[in-house]
Amino acid sequence: MGARHTHPLYVHGHSRVHRLAPEVKVAAAVAFVFGVAVTPRQALWVFAIDAVMLLVVVALSGIGPRFVLTRLLVILPFIAFAFFIPFVGSGEQVEVLGVAVSREGLWGMWNVVAKATIGATVSILLAATTEVPRLLTGMGRLRVPATLTAIASFMVRYLELLAGELRRMRIAMASRGYDPRWLWQARPVATSAGALFIRSYERGERVHAAMLARGYTGTMPEIDERRATTGEWLAGALVPVVAWLAAMVALVAG
Amino acid sequence: MPTSDAATGQRARSHATRPPDARLTTPAIDVRGLRFHYPDGHEALRGIDLQVEAGERVALLGANGAGKTTLALHLNGINVPDEGSVRIGDLLVEESTFAEVRRRVGLVFQDPDDQLFMPTVGEDVAFGPANLGLRGADLDARVAEALAAVDASQLADRTPHHLSGGERRRAALATVLAMRPDVLVLDEPTSGLDPAGHRELVEVLRSLPMTQVVITHDLPFALELCERAVIIGEGRVAADRSTATALADGQLLARHRLALPYGFDPGHVAPPETA
Repeated sequence: MGARHTHPLYVHGHSRVHRLAPEVKVAAAVAFVFGVAVTPRQALWVFAIDAVMLLVVVALSGIGPRFVLTRLLVILPFIAFAFFIPFVGSGEQVEVLGVAVSREGLWGMWNVVAKATIGATVSILLAATTEVPRLLTGMGRLRVPATLTAIASFMVRYLELLAGELRRMRIAMASRGYDPRWLWQARPVATSAGALFIRSYERGERVHAAMLARGYTGTMPEIDERRATTGEWLAGALVPVVAWLAAMVALVAG
Repeated sequence: MPTSDAATGQRARSHATRPPDARLTTPAIDVRGLRFHYPDGHEALRGIDLQVEAGERVALLGANGAGKTTLALHLNGINVPDEGSVRIGDLLVEESTFAEVRRRVGLVFQDPDDQLFMPTVGEDVAFGPANLGLRGADLDARVAEALAAVDASQLADRTPHHLSGGERRRAALATVLAMRPDVLVLDEPTSGLDPAGHRELVEVLRSLPMTQVVITHDLPFALELCERAVIIGEGRVAADRSTATALADGQLLARHRLALPYGFDPGHVAPPETA
């Protein structure tokens, strides 16, 4: 029991990475991604260090390389675009497998592919080891405005409900022979979107009334949970600090 | 249109002829001359008078749109009267008392999805008492107590949209019980429940000692749970008597668009043993 199933990207586990306080994980992920982003593209050794550190954390989390690799497929469309850069780039040309491509373009492609892969892996890792409620708690503690985290939390809670309502509406339409194939048949879709909006708005009012009925005064009570310890902050800082140091050395040396 | 019937008069008389000591105790709910209209001009309540004694369980019956839910929303200050007053115990419901009134009166909404808005059931149950200022071990104990009262301790870590209808209903009830209310107001608690969920809910509600006001169209449920039935029609109290006699009056039921299920005869149902 106890499985929250909050989102399909989460992998249930009790690893050190899972247990780390959410605010530490969010801060470390953001800091690390920025560190990777500012790394000069020619500093291959920095990317190597970043990648190795990331692989170590993935191994520690126990979520399995297969899970990460399959989730990584989402970045393929963006990377596919990057593969055109060498062909359209200008400047010095080099031959790769008998095809003349731009040297500048090749570096451009590498830059996109390397940083996108590392960035996406970080977010997959964060999502796989942190449930949404804890993610939001973490963001709240990092001083992300409460309104934003509250909106995100409501979205998570009601998204499935909305999707369910939409599904039922579509089934009800389909049951009465509606099978849109052309643009001019789209009117019922627009109407149902309108109906869905009104329903959501009214639900919003009812949810607010239900919150008021339980003493809500306009701010969400923060229910105390374990805060991050200094040790956790230090552990979480390790990877981004190394990434930043390496990037800085490369920037200065490069 | 029927505004009241002979039964109301009888009830009023029986109130007046009660032994004086019974009237010394403050009623748990005291609604007097309550009138209310919605911003669109629709007059939903046209002078409601209703007293409910502490520990009493009252069924609030009536057609759709009769004003039952509107009345319920007055009991904890979500709606504010145009005229008349609402008292909960010794407390007049007004802006300065909203916080305390909302602690005393627990409202269980018709759709549990309106009530359960937090990512997990446990956090949702904690929302109310956390608004009251509880934290840490006290808060955990309160949450555990409320979940245990509705036999839902195993649901604490679950997310509301993966619960069954009956589980959701009991979780919604727990969110309110966590406030330790004196008065419980339930809006159509049996809607959408399967027979087993229905049975579990009846048992949970019968086990709870506090004053209960139950809005329902489910007449056998009203008969099983509540000794007293108040029928609201056109924004007024149209009848106020024992549930058994109200359900036996076919004309009264028909006037208020209420109907017994096929084959159900309230005269042939053994009264539930008093809790």
